[in-house]
Amino acid sequence: MKQAYDFAREAFFAPTGLSEAHLEQVFSQLLTKDTTLADLYFQSARHESWGLEEGIIKSGSYSIEQGVGVRSVCGEQTGFAYSGEITLPALLESAKAARAISRAGQSGAVNAWTVRTPQRPLYGIDDPLNSLSEDDKISFLRQIDSIARATSPYVRQVMASMVAVHEIILVVDETGRMTADVRPLVRANVSVIVERNGQTESATAGGGGRFNLDYFVSGNKAQEYAEEAVRKALINLDAEAAPAGNMTVVLGNGWPGVLLHEAIGHGLEGDFNRKGTSAFAGRIGEQVAAKGITVVDDGTLEQRRGSLSVDDEGTQTQCTTLIEDGILKGYLFDRQNAALMGTQSTGNGRRQSYANLPMPRMTNTYMRAGDYDPAEIIASVEKGIYAVNFSGGQVDITSGKFVFSASEAYQIENGKIGKPLKNATLIGNGPDVLTRVSMIGNDLQLDTGIGVCGKDGQSVPVGVGQPTLRVDGLTVGGTATA
Amino acid sequence: MIELDNRFDLSTEFQAMAEQVLAAAKAKGATAAELDIDKSMGLSVEVRMGQVEKLQYHRDQGINLAVYFGHRKGYASTGDFSPQALADTLEAACRIARYTSEDDFNGLADAERMATEFPKLDLYHPWELNADMAIDMALQTEAVAREHDARITNSEGAGVDSYAGMSLYANSHGFMGVSHSTRHSLSCSVVAQDGDSMQRDYWYSVSRVPGLLESADSVGAEAAQRTVRRLNARSLSTREAPVLFVPQMARGLVGQLVSAISGGSQYRKASFLLNSIGQQAFPDFVQLREDPLIRQALGSRSYDAEGVATQARDIVKDGIIQGYFLGSYSARKLGMQSTGSASGATNLLLADTGVSFPDLLAQMGTGLMVTELIGSGVNGITGDYSRGAVGYWVENGMIVHPVEEVTIAGNLKAMFKGIVAIGDDVDARGSIRTGSILIDKMTIAGQ
Repeated sequence: MKQAYDFAREAFFAPTGLSEAHLEQVFSQLLTKDTTLADLYFQSARHESWGLEEGIIKSGSYSIEQGVGVRSVCGEQTGFAYSGEITLPALLESAKAARAISRAGQSGAVNAWTVRTPQRPLYGIDDPLNSLSEDDKISFLRQIDSIARATSPYVRQVMASMVAVHEIILVVDETGRMTADVRPLVRANVSVIVERNGQTESATAGGGGRFNLDYFVSGNKAQEYAEEAVRKALINLDAEAAPAGNMTVVLGNGWPGVLLHEAIGHGLEGDFNRKGTSAFAGRIGEQVAAKGITVVDDGTLEQRRGSLSVDDEGTQTQCTTLIEDGILKGYLFDRQNAALMGTQSTGNGRRQSYANLPMPRMTNTYMRAGDYDPAEIIASVEKGIYAVNFSGGQVDITSGKFVFSASEAYQIENGKIGKPLKNATLIGNGPDVLTRVSMIGNDLQLDTGIGVCGKDGQSVPVGVGQPTLRVDGLTVGGTATA
Repeated sequence: MIELDNRFDLSTEFQAMAEQVLAAAKAKGATAAELDIDKSMGLSVEVRMGQVEKLQYHRDQGINLAVYFGHRKGYASTGDFSPQALADTLEAACRIARYTSEDDFNGLADAERMATEFPKLDLYHPWELNADMAIDMALQTEAVAREHDARITNSEGAGVDSYAGMSLYANSHGFMGVSHSTRHSLSCSVVAQDGDSMQRDYWYSVSRVPGLLESADSVGAEAAQRTVRRLNARSLSTREAPVLFVPQMARGLVGQLVSAISGGSQYRKASFLLNSIGQQAFPDFVQLREDPLIRQALGSRSYDAEGVATQARDIVKDGIIQGYFLGSYSARKLGMQSTGSASGATNLLLADTGVSFPDLLAQMGTGLMVTELIGSGVNGITGDYSRGAVGYWVENGMIVHPVEEVTIAGNLKAMFKGIVAIGDDVDARGSIRTGSILIDKMTIAGQ
């Protein structure tokens, strides 16, 4: 069977005539005696997307993104250049530009090449763009449209999209390691607008992961996503203004794990902690969460959106424990930050593309399950809110303040779920919020495969998850003064 | 050391390429086609704690191609300009068009709306900048910031960026436009600490003309002042109060207006300002103009992404909405004319009401001055607005203490109507130019 490395050779070496001898030339340009780390990141990504709106297939697009990024690191300093052309002259020019970071004149060399194929591939190597016929892709979108419209007479607009990406990467580093990975990524999304008596609301649903498009068809996802989007939009039609102020918040399982991503995850990325600019810097070993709370970042889950067989520096991903039983255990590292902090990469070196530098980034971040029945958690709250879905979040890692916006939330009164609420934004303090978790559900769930994480202008796919949680005291920013 | 070669003019080569691709599309049976070709290069340096941290060279290129078979459209793009890649890209666009639906509103913009005049906008000012010069400038900026106050204990660094690009747009009406532009910036972000309170803030300067950038000393000092004054921030109790958006945040409110009156939101009926031309959406003193032809401005362009000529016009006059932002597709859907907005808004200028910033604080009396917003809690369909905020509590026109961990909430419709005054402290760094905006009241949620 063809391995990832065979795909990489076909994509990057066969059409360009590049060979290992050429790579040696490039590295002899790139390396100096100061170099602590250097790599070439070859990438070829094909994207295809289809969009339905107003009942017709309104858009379709196809693109190829291909190039090589060349990096030279001397301690804390990084030189970087990239090229959309994969040729020896382009590589040599990029290498010359990247090595300008080093003051040393002498050149270095790579001793021997070793080819590494991911030992534990987490996804198939087949091209998802070809996994369904064009007719089937389109009929999936049409199905979403008709199901959504049949679900409620109030549905006025349905927008559905399907995206498939097939990406081949090859990382060649200063130790001579050549690591290839072939990565599928698919995503389907439904947005609906509903209108009733002149009042308009919207909602979205969807999912995806690192698998083929037939996941959507064979799993009857058209129905699942369409009905979910309509359900959420209709609830918002009935929703009232959220209260404002500090109150008990129950967070639903699955996607609300975006709380962990914002409140904890970013603050534990190795770069911020090396530089001491994170509110969590220097706090390893401290109690930062209530007892019973364990949070991990796990890049090794099969076919998950945030998973990678190897990261973008060729390091095998792992399951890293960030918090164990409430104690802060570790940070997330790429190679550079790990070396500077005297430790090993945790396989979290990720980049948006060959035209960007890698940084420590999350993969799939989630909290392990506890003991409480979710119903028991709701029943325990006299007055508060139950936040089930979120549209996104953001954090200031230095002050630790984070925000996230609920797209589906309900009142809780006397232990019972009440009226739906809209316009609820939750704000809190990262280092503090997990100390206020008083009940952890037994219903751990990961999200459906929709997460995109932005950092320093770069976007990468991620996953989040958590069980139902009770948090005693979060600030809810609504318009209704309680 | 490699110097940045950012003086380039590939227009002849790219014009020939564009003509070939358009001809090939026609040969494939396309009834119309359009493409853009972009190429850019840049240098960016980042320093931190007095040392170079990153030195990056950027070179990007891409072709985006749309083909029409009657009213069916296919789209493809590539970064590879080889003849084979161009042929494959065209093939992919044609394949896509076989599966998209007939859509009567699809097609090139109307031929008679193509720009015929290309005023000199003076957007191209390459910077003869090498890495050493850029590093020195960034180091100086950060040094000034770090030395400014003993409480500045750490840094996220300072950076210099220089970008130069050219862009060509051509379509099968025979339109072809070429534009060159540059953009340079200097930025700095530092961290201050006082006891348990750790805060960061930043400042930047951006211009198409290198000589018009603020000095390293001034960017560094501003970043430091902004950071230090955030220390020991606290939350507020939940209340209703007036809110003053400083110009950098006020720009976002104008941005919300732009999306609400953009063609896509209007024809999808996904806007809190639906069918709003002629509607009084603001108090009668509010005037917003779009001016695409300001020399050296960041939002200037003489034609949009479809070749349609742009023109200066009123967006809001005496508080009443005068027009939308329309490309040809949304214009046809709405039975209107393109406004040359296929690339979005150009330069937007919000007129001030003749008050200085201190006078605005005095006018507010007691309320929240917002300097930073986080989170995405804006619903463009309903206008519901709820975001995390950082800023300063103001009493009797005087700043009392920094504020954090609060949210501000309201509805954009009411917020627009509730504008009390617009300051003359205009921030000209972006394509939206506005002073501070004072809003009568919002809900502030805190501890």
